[in-house]
Amino acid sequence: MARHYIPNHPHIEEMLKDIELSSIDDLFSDVPEGVTSELNLPDGMSEFEVFMDMNRTLSTNRTALDMPSFLGAGTYFHHVPAHVKHLIERSEFLTSYTPYQPEISQGILQALFEYQSMMAELVGLPIVNSSMYDWGTALAEAALMVARLFRGRRKKIVVPRHMNPDRRRVLETYTRGAGLEIVEVPWSGDGTMDVEKLKEAAEGAAGVYAEVPNFFGILNGSIRDIGEVAHDAGAYFIVGVDPTVLGIVEAPGNLGADVVVGEASYFGNPMNFGGPRAGIFAIKDDRKMLRQMPGRIIGMTKDSEGRRTFVMTLQTREQHIRRAKATSNICSNEALVAIAAAIHVASLGPRGIRELGEVILKNTEYFKRRVGDVVEVPFRAVNFKDVPLRFGVPYAEVHERLLNRGMHGGYYLGHAFPELGETAMFAVTETTRREWVDKLVEALREVALRD
Amino acid sequence: MKEEGFRQAFWDEPLIFELSRKGRVGYTLPKPMSDVEVSVPEGIRRRSEPELPELSEPEVVRHYTRLSQMNYGVDSGIYPLGSCTMKYNPKINEEIASHPGVAFVHPYQDERTVQGALKVMWELEQWLKEITGMDRFTLQPAAGANGEFTGVSIIRAYHEDRGETQRDEILVPDSAHGTNPASAAMAGFRVVEIPSNENGTVDIEALKAAVGERTAGLMLTNPNTLGIFEEDILEIAEVVHEAGGLLYYDGANLNALLGRVRPGDMGFDIVHLNLHKTFSTPHGGGGPGSGPVGVKDFLKDYLPVPLVSYSEERGYYLDYDVPKSIGKVKELYGNFAVLVKALTYLKMLGKDGLRMTSDVAVLNANYLTRKLKGTRGYELPYKELRKHETVFSAEPMKRETGVTAMDVAKRLLDFGMHAPTVYFPLIVHEALMIEPTESVSREDLDAYVEALKRISEEAYGNPDTVKSAPRNTAVGRVDDVLAAKKPVLSWRMYVEMKEKGEVDY
Repeated sequence: MARHYIPNHPHIEEMLKDIELSSIDDLFSDVPEGVTSELNLPDGMSEFEVFMDMNRTLSTNRTALDMPSFLGAGTYFHHVPAHVKHLIERSEFLTSYTPYQPEISQGILQALFEYQSMMAELVGLPIVNSSMYDWGTALAEAALMVARLFRGRRKKIVVPRHMNPDRRRVLETYTRGAGLEIVEVPWSGDGTMDVEKLKEAAEGAAGVYAEVPNFFGILNGSIRDIGEVAHDAGAYFIVGVDPTVLGIVEAPGNLGADVVVGEASYFGNPMNFGGPRAGIFAIKDDRKMLRQMPGRIIGMTKDSEGRRTFVMTLQTREQHIRRAKATSNICSNEALVAIAAAIHVASLGPRGIRELGEVILKNTEYFKRRVGDVVEVPFRAVNFKDVPLRFGVPYAEVHERLLNRGMHGGYYLGHAFPELGETAMFAVTETTRREWVDKLVEALREVALRD
Repeated sequence: MKEEGFRQAFWDEPLIFELSRKGRVGYTLPKPMSDVEVSVPEGIRRRSEPELPELSEPEVVRHYTRLSQMNYGVDSGIYPLGSCTMKYNPKINEEIASHPGVAFVHPYQDERTVQGALKVMWELEQWLKEITGMDRFTLQPAAGANGEFTGVSIIRAYHEDRGETQRDEILVPDSAHGTNPASAAMAGFRVVEIPSNENGTVDIEALKAAVGERTAGLMLTNPNTLGIFEEDILEIAEVVHEAGGLLYYDGANLNALLGRVRPGDMGFDIVHLNLHKTFSTPHGGGGPGSGPVGVKDFLKDYLPVPLVSYSEERGYYLDYDVPKSIGKVKELYGNFAVLVKALTYLKMLGKDGLRMTSDVAVLNANYLTRKLKGTRGYELPYKELRKHETVFSAEPMKRETGVTAMDVAKRLLDFGMHAPTVYFPLIVHEALMIEPTESVSREDLDAYVEALKRISEEAYGNPDTVKSAPRNTAVGRVDDVLAAKKPVLSWRMYVEMKEKGEVDY
């Protein structure tokens, strides 16, 4: 049933008559015979029935609200301030599209310009686009961009072995067509990238990629060294960052990054089972790079009255103009997700962003100390959110026990990194409650004792 | 002259940075679990605070509320942006997507704890399969272009798998969306453009001449971007398949055909859909979208991982057993919250509603075409019968008065109506590409035609009225040439340029 969405449904006959047609079928007279078929689908339902049906289905999910969860590994349970959700549901934002007509779309344009500006402050690079699909596709596009800058002379992208396997796979899928080679560098004993091995790998590379914090949640104090190795090899240094750390960690732009990618949706957006998200894409002030940059960019200009206004700019890079020669195929991006992130960041301000980082850092350290009493913490380091824990028993058993006690354990690392053995990565954020940790430690102690 | 009957709100709203006052905060945070000593390693400790704005919550709310009032959405009025399907976004979709079972669910949770989420994905796939006549779907792509990249990557993997590595060409009609050639190029293909014939459809002879042993596939939008149904679709499919290529359906225009004809029955092997177009999920000022990709059975082993499967023992589960998978085109499983909205919409509509949707979308476009046709200055190239959208050319108007399609677009804004897509498709000069959708009323259509007629009169009487438009929007005509010549891309850049006197605004 769709009548209530379709104003003209009672006027079909009159309108047909108005344009001298006798039936709706006349409008489809050019559809070849024999290819039309009736859909084998249920009839529409009333709004109440759909409401009940969808609620019933979704209520069977266990959520982070009813089950303490220590999952992270690239998706985190942060609190989203109530006003963020209200503002992005303003239907003038929600139901608009890409601001092709800037005069009537100043709201979304200014909001995206502000998003770009705030991200630029956080990551320490001046040029930020108005979003990619997510961190993974932002990284993939960054790899393609730096390779383009070498015009085919360099096709190697160096990445840490310890990165999210999903992200790694996105990178591989995206760069296959351009013939890029992805080379991984192992971690050393402290869980950070092995710089000696990197020196070899970086030779002839187009780009070297590192993350802050790295996949194991580790804040690597010598990330600059990685950038220097990259630059010594003539490669671009691409840094992936969790922006919630940037109140306490130096802006990657000040640590040698030429390109910064990351996940904007950690601000202002719930987990949503993994999407939608928004990829951060930032570059240094380099006109050559800017011309190769993917995605939409909002710029400031003036209107016919000389007033300050905003508009999509540098569009000659994009697919609707350059077609096969565009810097990327991206059209729809994640504008509303980016605006939600911007509203959250604006609400935090400089002090809030620092406090958020501090609370998470302290919570992570506290968590590590508590669980460190009962489980092995394989890397000695300062962690942010994620902490790998190594178990003396198969992790699957630990996981079952935690689930039975109404908790969700961490992300099992043994599939992607068998050399780590029965290791799982647990994560905390500012939302983690002390009683959850108490409950977890108690349960883990029981498992450890049993061993 | 009658008033246009519209004034957009204008707030002389500063940048949020300019509203900042030292010491104000717009947040509260939980205290740490314990005040343990820990510090960031020396080498990467932040030296100076980021220069972010400092505002209280009410000020943040006011700022963005004002910005929203200087924006125009589907809820504001007619938004007939061609090929974008700016239909009404039902509110029930938003309500369902706000369920805690959506928002607070982690993608790495044990599948036994996310049966509801997986069921939503599985059910949505069943709907999409039946609507398109495909056998298996991935819901992973974040948008149409991401779906196209998925589709052409599958084409590449399929040919490689069969040892036909010489198939390195993707054929694309000259009327195609720019994303088609861009996606094909990204997947490593050479793009071969097929010209349109005098009917605005694929030139079969040109197609026959173009196909060969290098042909990997043809990407086709049907109805095409002129809103014209590719009548020879069965023959096109035969030509491409006989040459050993695959046929790819760009689903941007599926809103024309729901319940009437299925891509799978027309010979297509792969389709991508745009849930934010056809299935009513809001466009969000440019995203998030969602671009699921469906394939015929013989291609299902190439889909991205994971798929969602169901078995008696396991229930719904994430299925990584896809032997020849192209990999992943996005992290995790796609824009899940968008999927929830699309399924909600489909359940509301059902079979009957889907068909009515396309019927009325097509009726509305043809009604508008007929009413506007013959108006001085606008020309309807190619045949009259359209599907869900129509493309006029303002070429005569430009020639005779100097008023361009862009001017017409800007002047429409003055009436509180969103402009059509302009200057696309590229094969029509001064193109005005109008897609009303099924969500507008007859009065909306009549008013749109009236506005276009009045603009025609103005163009021939007092062209400056049109050329100096818009006047009723928040700001006047925006100087995009200046924006590209002198890029100001952030607040900091602006402040620095302003100090140096490089900008005067």
